[in-house]
Amino acid sequence: MVQRMLKTVVGVALAGAFGGMAIAQDSKVADELAKYREALADGNPADLLEVKGESLWSEKRGPKNASLEQCDLGLGPGKLEGAYASLPKYFKDTNKVMDVESRLVHCMVTLQGFTPAEATRQWYSKPGKESDIEALVTFIGAKSNGMKINVPATHPEEAKMAKMGEYIFYRRSGPQDFSCSICHGQEGKRIRLQELGNLTTQQGAGFAMKTWPSYRVSQGAVWTMQRRLIDCMRQARWPEPNYLADSIIALETYLQKNATGTVMETPGIKR
Amino acid sequence: MGNPMKIRAANKDGVTEVKVLVSHEMETGQRKDAAGAIVPAWFITELVAKHGDKTVLSCEFGPSVSKNPYLAFKFKGGAKGEKVTVSWKDNKGDSRTDEATIG
Amino acid sequence: MNNQRRTVLKSGSGAALLGMLAAAGLIIPGMALADWNKAAFDAKSMADALKALGAASPADSKDVQVTGPDIAENGAVVPVGVASSLPNVSMVAILIEKNPNALAASFVLPEGTEANVQTRVKMGQTSNIYALVKSGDKFFMATKEIKVTLGGCGG
Repeated sequence: MVQRMLKTVVGVALAGAFGGMAIAQDSKVADELAKYREALADGNPADLLEVKGESLWSEKRGPKNASLEQCDLGLGPGKLEGAYASLPKYFKDTNKVMDVESRLVHCMVTLQGFTPAEATRQWYSKPGKESDIEALVTFIGAKSNGMKINVPATHPEEAKMAKMGEYIFYRRSGPQDFSCSICHGQEGKRIRLQELGNLTTQQGAGFAMKTWPSYRVSQGAVWTMQRRLIDCMRQARWPEPNYLADSIIALETYLQKNATGTVMETPGIKR
Repeated sequence: MGNPMKIRAANKDGVTEVKVLVSHEMETGQRKDAAGAIVPAWFITELVAKHGDKTVLSCEFGPSVSKNPYLAFKFKGGAKGEKVTVSWKDNKGDSRTDEATIG
Repeated sequence: MNNQRRTVLKSGSGAALLGMLAAAGLIIPGMALADWNKAAFDAKSMADALKALGAASPADSKDVQVTGPDIAENGAVVPVGVASSLPNVSMVAILIEKNPNALAASFVLPEGTEANVQTRVKMGQTSNIYALVKSGDKFFMATKEIKVTLGGCGG
């Protein structure tokens, strides 16, 4: 269904870009790409990481020899169902708006006794070096599968972050004078063969946000939303923000707010 | 040792379909690391699937099988509740066995 | 469908039990695995790989299918399959003409296992993919081109 919709979107975009002649050929390209993506969807290697994350969640670890089972991701201690779909949100205990990753690190520090540096040292995997955070986020994300993204950002602190995220989204910066919105602020844009979502609409933002965390075939690893957005900055030739930076959480809040109401389908798989 | 595999086995109309996802780097031996040194080849060479004691598939892989190998195949027979086991070994001598129940 | 997937994840982890069985000497992991065909996997060209598989000149056959998309968004993971309606298929293999080593994988199919196997392979570039099938004591082959493209940022 989504694939079909995508094909239509691509088809329309191409018609606009190249005129009628190219439609037949390019819709065949879109069909074959859809076939490729479908073939990957059954048997997503992210499922392997989800299993690992599940055992990491309940394993007693760290200086305090404690599990993460009492971690409060916003819906109460240990309550995971739907937690990912309603983050980022404001947390009273830290007086901050936190996303899934900053909250998870908070729990690793407060419950398990890791230092922030220890908890975030391997925040993403490299060949041969696995990342606990990737596994845990994959597991936590999957617990929101089938649930609606719900980040209305009604708390004043959340509203502030969403506003800041929107500002960053439109702000042109860096040596190329680039902004997120140049590629992701209109319908019908493509980079090479891939359609680019319009993240300013519920449909576009929803399509993008619902599948994260996602297995990146090109990297052979699950990417979290932090990694996705930090790498967007790098690709736009901006200075890369630190892991868990407020600027990234602000962007996430803005995008999740736009995507609110979309049903989660995670872990996803992408090229 | 490696991480657990994910094995799905489902019987329909007397035929059991097995889908296996294996956690493995499958290094080709052609990639260079950040320092420019060749990353040694490290890949699964053999994989065997069994239904009870009977081998239902044996595979040989080269390094061009994708990272986290995926495999799907079908065999006649197999009943709900019976076991399918999958074993692999790699070129470094590591190995692993996991099992799943036919659903 | 999601629920189903999750149940499967849970039921798939019988590893602990197997570990115990292995420790008790009841199961030896990797037992009875055949010798890996080094010559075939080391072969650079299609011709050498086929020779090493004992299939020097396979006949083209309409009864062998290579399945897969025409275009792969990423060469690191290309879903391919081999299927055949030929009788008594005991072996199938997947070869990628333009890879550094042509042979990607080979499968021995005991009686009762269908001649229909799917996996995922790496492709260095756009190439013909060959499916080799042994039916009785004869070898047959089919081919399909898969284009490998460069994608975007992977949003």
